[in-house]
Amino acid sequence: MTDEKQETLIITGNEASAWGARRSKAHVVTAFPITPQTTVMETISEFVDSGKMQCNFVKVESEHSVMAGMVGASMTGARCFTATSGQGLLYMAEMVHWVSGSRLPVVTTIASRGIAPPWNIWVDYSDILSMRDSGWIIQFASTHQEIFDSILMSYKLAEDPRVMLPVFIAYGGFSQSHTSKPVVIPSQKAVDDYLPPVPDDGWPHLVLNPEKPIVHGNLLMPQQEYMEFRYKMHETIHGAKPIIKEVIADFHEKFGRNYHGLIESYRCDDAKYILVTVGALGEQVKDAVDTLRSEGKKVGSIKIRYFRPFPKEDLVEILGSKNLEGIVVVDRSIAYGSPTGGHISSEFSNILSELPSSLTYLPAVWGLGGRDVTVGDQESVFNDLINLHEENEIKETSNSYINGTLWVNLKVR
Amino acid sequence: MNKSKKQDLKKEDLPSFEDYRDLPHIPVSIGVKGSMGNTGEWRTFRPVINLSACNKCGFCYIYCPEGTIKFDKETGPMVDYIYCKGCGVCARECPKDAITMRRETEQVCENDEDD
Ligand code: SF4
Ligand code: SF4
Repeated sequence: MTDEKQETLIITGNEASAWGARRSKAHVVTAFPITPQTTVMETISEFVDSGKMQCNFVKVESEHSVMAGMVGASMTGARCFTATSGQGLLYMAEMVHWVSGSRLPVVTTIASRGIAPPWNIWVDYSDILSMRDSGWIIQFASTHQEIFDSILMSYKLAEDPRVMLPVFIAYGGFSQSHTSKPVVIPSQKAVDDYLPPVPDDGWPHLVLNPEKPIVHGNLLMPQQEYMEFRYKMHETIHGAKPIIKEVIADFHEKFGRNYHGLIESYRCDDAKYILVTVGALGEQVKDAVDTLRSEGKKVGSIKIRYFRPFPKEDLVEILGSKNLEGIVVVDRSIAYGSPTGGHISSEFSNILSELPSSLTYLPAVWGLGGRDVTVGDQESVFNDLINLHEENEIKETSNSYINGTLWVNLKVR
Repeated sequence: MNKSKKQDLKKEDLPSFEDYRDLPHIPVSIGVKGSMGNTGEWRTFRPVINLSACNKCGFCYIYCPEGTIKFDKETGPMVDYIYCKGCGVCARECPKDAITMRRETEQVCENDEDD
């Protein structure tokens, strides 16, 4: 593999992440191993060792220091990259807020896994969604190619002076991190043409320079502007929606791969029933849609690509269709004690208020801790939704309908 | 070393923001002394240096987390009480036990206090 020409490599999702960091020419990578992310750092370490990637690869003693290192390095105006998973993400939680609160354009990939105890290292988005309100942009990558491409797009987005916020890109532990697929790796020149180098004189709002010392992270008293700075971050992350679309359109033009926007819809135009989910299962569900369509059932699906900012307007535009009779929103994460049990299905209440009240709404949870979700399981969720809409109850299903939420394949006697 | 006076930042010298939209992305302050305010007001205990016990090693100056000790090889250390927060690190680290922490309400006679 050379840097001069485009090649298609058969690589794992984690290797795709490492390639994203290499092609983005990240200056600083801080590393601490944690399953299932570890091979991202191992691959970058090999790139650095063989001289194929010029970066400061800093081995630290914990994930807290991984993200603290990102804060310090990014403040100098460097392009910064790291990766983590599950418990590691939780351990760095404090510094996660230091990155966003300092408005630093760090990009971090998350190979998502279940949270212990009991130990679990397989796909489950409860880790990344626990960072829901951290001020980071949160994106899900549903294919290996999307993991690589998203890193390039995320730097473009994060470093935009109108944004200056960090980005998380989440994908499934093992289901994506350790499986291999073909990934198109463009030449270094093509990426350089798309993603310009960082500004020579640092970020517009903050740069560490020994010649001009500054104090950052000062105390703001209650009557000072603490509240205003918080509101500005909220406004910026919402304001990023059109910029995300610009970045995607620009990428499409340059590389020919279209990531649609904050959401991607599939066969929704005349659909009566729509399933909404995130991640790779949002790709797989297209097969379930095709099968049910061939049986004459008018179904469609929506894959949420960006969870922060929450794509409310885009969802309302599609779900406001007059054909629609029912929506099922499925989480691969658990939000204990929330209205529905799932992160995304709980947030949907805000969207439902803008949709006709005649719609049947079914929140659902599937695949926690890496439990298999087959195309057949996905079809059963559609059928349960149709059942609930037509009969007002869910009959003869392998799933459990408890307190208004459908728990897919929950074992009950 | 210059004996620096308290830098009185006047309110009208500071940028003020009527509208949140005029704010930068984050608050930073330029490197002025006392950008956190007169932190000496936070103090409950004050470090008092007994210069006759002091060997001028400079440990207190190195360890002070606030940079509020001035040090001169000839005359020794001197605490800037406008900013010293009274944490006691200097007293703990002094190898000669030349620094004692005294309650602010206690009347102390300090031969080296000149601020
Ligand atoms: S008490 Fe703390 S702040 Fe004050 S001079 Fe000693 S070390 Fe510095
Ligand atoms: S640490 Fe103690 S002995 Fe050393 S300079 Fe300070 S006061 Fe003097």
